[in-house]
Amino acid sequence: MNVIETSGLGKRYGNTWALRECTLAIPAGHVAALVGPNGAGKTTLLNLAVGLAEPSAGGVTVLGGLPAGSPAALDGIAFVAQDAPLYKNLSVAEMLHLTRNLNRLFDQDYARARLADLGIPLKRKAGRLSGGQQAQLALTLALARRPRLLVLDEPVAMLDPIARHDFMATVLTAMVDDGVSVLLSSHVLAELERVADYLILVSRGRVQVAGEVEDLLASHRVLTGPAAEVGTYAERPVVHLRRAEAQAHLLVRAAAGDPVPPGWETHPVSLEELALAYLREPGAAALPGPARVRALPLEAGEPSEVTR
Amino acid sequence: MTALTLPARPAEDAGLRPVPWRRMAWVTWRQHRIALAGADVGLGALAVYLWRTGLQIHQAWTAMVTCHPASSYACGQSAGLFNTRFVPREVVAGILLTLAPALLGAFVGAPVLARELETGTFRYAWTQGFGRWRWTLGKLVPLAIAVAAAAGALSVLSWWYFQPFFAVHFGTPLAPALFDLRGVAYAAWTLAAFSIAALAGMLIRRVVPAMAATLAAYLGLAVLPGLWLRQHYLAPLLTTRNVLPGYAWIMNQWFTKGGKFAFVVPQKSGLIAGLIQQHCPSAPASLTLGQCLAKHGYTQWTSYQPVSRFWPFQWIEGGWLLALSVLLIAATVWLVRRRAT
Repeated sequence: MNVIETSGLGKRYGNTWALRECTLAIPAGHVAALVGPNGAGKTTLLNLAVGLAEPSAGGVTVLGGLPAGSPAALDGIAFVAQDAPLYKNLSVAEMLHLTRNLNRLFDQDYARARLADLGIPLKRKAGRLSGGQQAQLALTLALARRPRLLVLDEPVAMLDPIARHDFMATVLTAMVDDGVSVLLSSHVLAELERVADYLILVSRGRVQVAGEVEDLLASHRVLTGPAAEVGTYAERPVVHLRRAEAQAHLLVRAAAGDPVPPGWETHPVSLEELALAYLREPGAAALPGPARVRALPLEAGEPSEVTR
Repeated sequence: MTALTLPARPAEDAGLRPVPWRRMAWVTWRQHRIALAGADVGLGALAVYLWRTGLQIHQAWTAMVTCHPASSYACGQSAGLFNTRFVPREVVAGILLTLAPALLGAFVGAPVLARELETGTFRYAWTQGFGRWRWTLGKLVPLAIAVAAAAGALSVLSWWYFQPFFAVHFGTPLAPALFDLRGVAYAAWTLAAFSIAALAGMLIRRVVPAMAATLAAYLGLAVLPGLWLRQHYLAPLLTTRNVLPGYAWIMNQWFTKGGKFAFVVPQKSGLIAGLIQQHCPSAPASLTLGQCLAKHGYTQWTSYQPVSRFWPFQWIEGGWLLALSVLLIAATVWLVRRRAT
């Protein structure tokens, strides 16, 4: 089952396309990370998936074919928007009661137990909680609905490192114990390495990379060698090049066993390196299906964006 | 593979039943009880004011009509007191009663959607299982009924308050400024103000500007029917009699001579006196223009709405305002459903 499936999905605000020609399928059972620079279309994609926005083009279905925003889809998806919006004048207990009244399922015992663990007092107004506590409360409300898919928009952007760690630990527990699929957007790359096992990279309103982290890491290598020989690899799918004095670093699409030219070293790539490389190179793409990866023209001496 | 790891979700296969409407009742009450309480305090203060001054007015009126003999100096004093002291109060009460529906509607109606959109909490509310158009309807309908009922209660008090003024033929109950302060029209106007506010909140997405827009739109709408629309609810009656039945709402008066239109009766009393001087120079002061001109072969025509049409007009006005409110609320729900972001 795919928790989210889009085809040719696009959203236009006025004359600007916030997202366009987005085609992807995120299978269930993953913590999928949606990564991209600010304004790349991450929030738009999430809003479309949870039914808060209507597509301008194409379509989106969730939880194995349900139309986004349909009653069944709303029932199965819990969404925590950016900055975890809560009614600031309601107490924590009232937020629980509110969420319980607005949903078919609500695990009150789970919610209370979790808030007790976190030391969040039920009587305190939501607006008087710390940023980390507000995020945890919003997450608790979402998980107590027993969703099949949890969608989080920039959940950790406002949190300090400890709150960030605790938050992600909760998400992972829900994923492992209850089998909740998770889709989260973030531009905090370092955090993703630990939690995400599926990566979707968007930039400038388009999906650039989509795939399981394991597969992506297995199909990319970093090559390090003399800068003068960079041109040798122009025919290979090169994603990103970093040149430091005499040494050049290439991120190439290659398996671990692929031959390495003399004078060059190869080593595995980390998720953060991979994401950064693609983000710096909006023209490159790694998508499932027909090869849409193009080699960069790397003729010696030609100043291109990537060689700066 | 995933199906095995999913937690038990009761009624998963039995088909989804929507979250029952009654659950929304608590939500609406909890989130709007402060606005409703505030509205009740405002209306309560207005009611106390109407009650206290109304009691004085009723006492003065009773003293005036029971005064005997009516031609005595003391009775003239009491009538004069009623006119000089209480008629200005009626104007104040009229203004307060005119503003109340607009303020009530704006205060309760504008925040329903505008606050959610302004603070971003719509992203929470509209992604819950209840569904966003049902959520909107579950909020707007009970609140609309609550404000209309509150205004209906106030209109009963306002009915009692104005009773002495109409009893002394202070003005026609159909008069533009007074007609909609009583009866079902008052509740209907409040309902309309609420519906305008709800739609303005959805369109403007900010509480205070939505309130301001509501007041402007409401006052514009409230002025129109009095000045233009209401007299067309039913075709006015025509008469050539000088004395009209009851205390009618006069639309137009004009004279004809030999079956042809002669001239319109002027509005200013100075001009009327001038016409009488011109046509009947030696007439006694009590002679009316109609009586004067009748001697010269003129016929006076009057088009008017009789007082007996008060309740038909109330239901007509209440009816179209109710239809307008339903339309505005439906438009709001449609907008919520269509364009959330």
